[in-house]
Amino acid sequence: MLKIADKTFKSRLFTGTGKFGSAKLMEEALLASESELVTVALKRVDLQHKEDDILQHLNHSHLNLLPNTSGVRNAKEAVYAAQLAREALETNWVKLEIHPDPKYLMPDPIETLLATEELAKLGFIVLPYIHADPVLCKRLEDAGTAAVMPLGSPIGSNKGLKTIDFLEIIISQSKVPVVIDAGIGAPSDAAKAMEIGADAVLVNTAIAVAGNPVEMAIAFKMAVEAGRKAYEAKLAKTVNHAVASSPLTSFLDV
Amino acid sequence: MSEFLEIFKQYHWDDVKASIYNKNHIDVEEALHNPKRGLEDFKALVSPAASAYLEPMAQLSHQLTQKRFGKTLQMYIPLYLSNECNNICTYCGFSLDNKIKRKTLSPIEIMQEVSVIKNMGYDHVLLVTGEANQTVHVDYFKKVLDLIRPHFSHISMEVQPLDQEDYEALIPLGLNTVLVYQETYHQEDYKKHHPKGKKSNFEYRLATPDRLGRAGIHKMGLGVLIGLEDWRTDCFFTALHLQYLEKTYWQTKYSLSFPRLRPFSGGLEPKVAMNDRELAQLICAYRIFNEEVELSISTRESTSFRNHIIKMGITSISAGSKTNPGGYTVAPESLEQFEISDERSPQEIAQMIKNSGYEVVWKDWDQVL
Repeated sequence: MLKIADKTFKSRLFTGTGKFGSAKLMEEALLASESELVTVALKRVDLQHKEDDILQHLNHSHLNLLPNTSGVRNAKEAVYAAQLAREALETNWVKLEIHPDPKYLMPDPIETLLATEELAKLGFIVLPYIHADPVLCKRLEDAGTAAVMPLGSPIGSNKGLKTIDFLEIIISQSKVPVVIDAGIGAPSDAAKAMEIGADAVLVNTAIAVAGNPVEMAIAFKMAVEAGRKAYEAKLAKTVNHAVASSPLTSFLDV
Repeated sequence: MSEFLEIFKQYHWDDVKASIYNKNHIDVEEALHNPKRGLEDFKALVSPAASAYLEPMAQLSHQLTQKRFGKTLQMYIPLYLSNECNNICTYCGFSLDNKIKRKTLSPIEIMQEVSVIKNMGYDHVLLVTGEANQTVHVDYFKKVLDLIRPHFSHISMEVQPLDQEDYEALIPLGLNTVLVYQETYHQEDYKKHHPKGKKSNFEYRLATPDRLGRAGIHKMGLGVLIGLEDWRTDCFFTALHLQYLEKTYWQTKYSLSFPRLRPFSGGLEPKVAMNDRELAQLICAYRIFNEEVELSISTRESTSFRNHIIKMGITSISAGSKTNPGGYTVAPESLEQFEISDERSPQEIAQMIKNSGYEVVWKDWDQVL
């Protein structure tokens, strides 16, 4: 079981809601994934009308909404957007996304830290989307973040875990859950993320744009479970020299 | 002063044109396989040599677009506020020398039009006027933004180029996007097409994206009017402009349009014809050159073309458009800027999009952002 703030999750696969061919297909894929935490972009939701198409299809008791602030460019806008989301969607959870760069959607570390400090003070459960920066992760912990969400590679790129060296450092020293977000393009990437000890992964594009999003959602579910199981079972170490199966010195241990 | 002007001056129209027309199939194949495509690749992709590669270009464009934008299409609609214009443009129905009745919508009339647009389901509106600085000026735009902002999540504007401080005044009032088409980058012929009015100042228009970037606009739209000059060369300059702007104003989003000259009252025959195959090639070339830029298709294009082109790189589409002030309800008979081609209703277009396996996105922005 994964615990973030006051919630526990059986599934370590978090999902996104963008890019699907229809809201119905999105719903079917999310249900197949057995995900319990789904991000939804504030900018896509009609905050005044709760009969909004996306929200209707997310109306399942096991699905926790994680509104994201995609589109904001600084801490001030992010705090305002989070407050509106809290009021409209009745959740104090927020995925903090501050990317002033619309081309590669690179998260702004300075504004993200400032917004995390402010939102944590206001009682939000903050999950910031960040670059795979180990120092920033520690600073975010100090600021009161509930988890960190470092990117594996540029968002929507499907390039996998290009930042793996830094992800391993983050995982090794983090006191809060580490959710690897962005760039996971294949179930094997998700499995790898779980094998190195990530607490969860967040996948959107790779499922939404797949030839069969529902089947791909199932594939990701299985990959995340396999990766986590492998991590818990402790993977055999890789070594650069031969290890004899009948060591010559074993008699000395007797 | 335009920073882009300094770059623009380093290029000569005839040299660029010759370079594009000299590209061969090897250049095209290199462009298709190059993981980091540049302007030379773009030249190859819009060259006549690339016409034989339309299917692989379309497949690649489709894949790249889905990766970045998913299976979605954004909906928008123009709201023409005025057909008053002080310019003479040889290709436009609003041209000063076109003796037609002029109209600028009053606040009450604007709200009547807004009501119809909202009932169609729209949340993204594009405000359009002619260039009449005495009547449709910055103060008029401020009043319009105040009036309509509560009703739309995303407001775009396609009006005369303004000064930087004017944009800085309008952005806090809810202006998200400004479209400014250069019409043509052929500097000498630009003067022939715009003999009178403020628009005849080529360099002021060329510097508009710079002023918008400095003002901090959220998104800007670029393009040329296809039919005025050699489209391959004009579109190369658009790509050059886009590349410069993306590097300089890196917090701004960009969109491209590719309007083809359409019939209008008192019209000019296009100097250069572009057929559907060539337009499809251009759309794919833009997408392969730039994976992030938004590509927009209007009701200028035919039903059949729009049905198929949405899978080849397009990310936003208009439907049910009227190109005259008051066209939706107030004054349906007033002069159109140009004739539209696809006359299907927004609901019919939405159904076509859904049938193609795409999600129709009416809202993808919010006033709070």
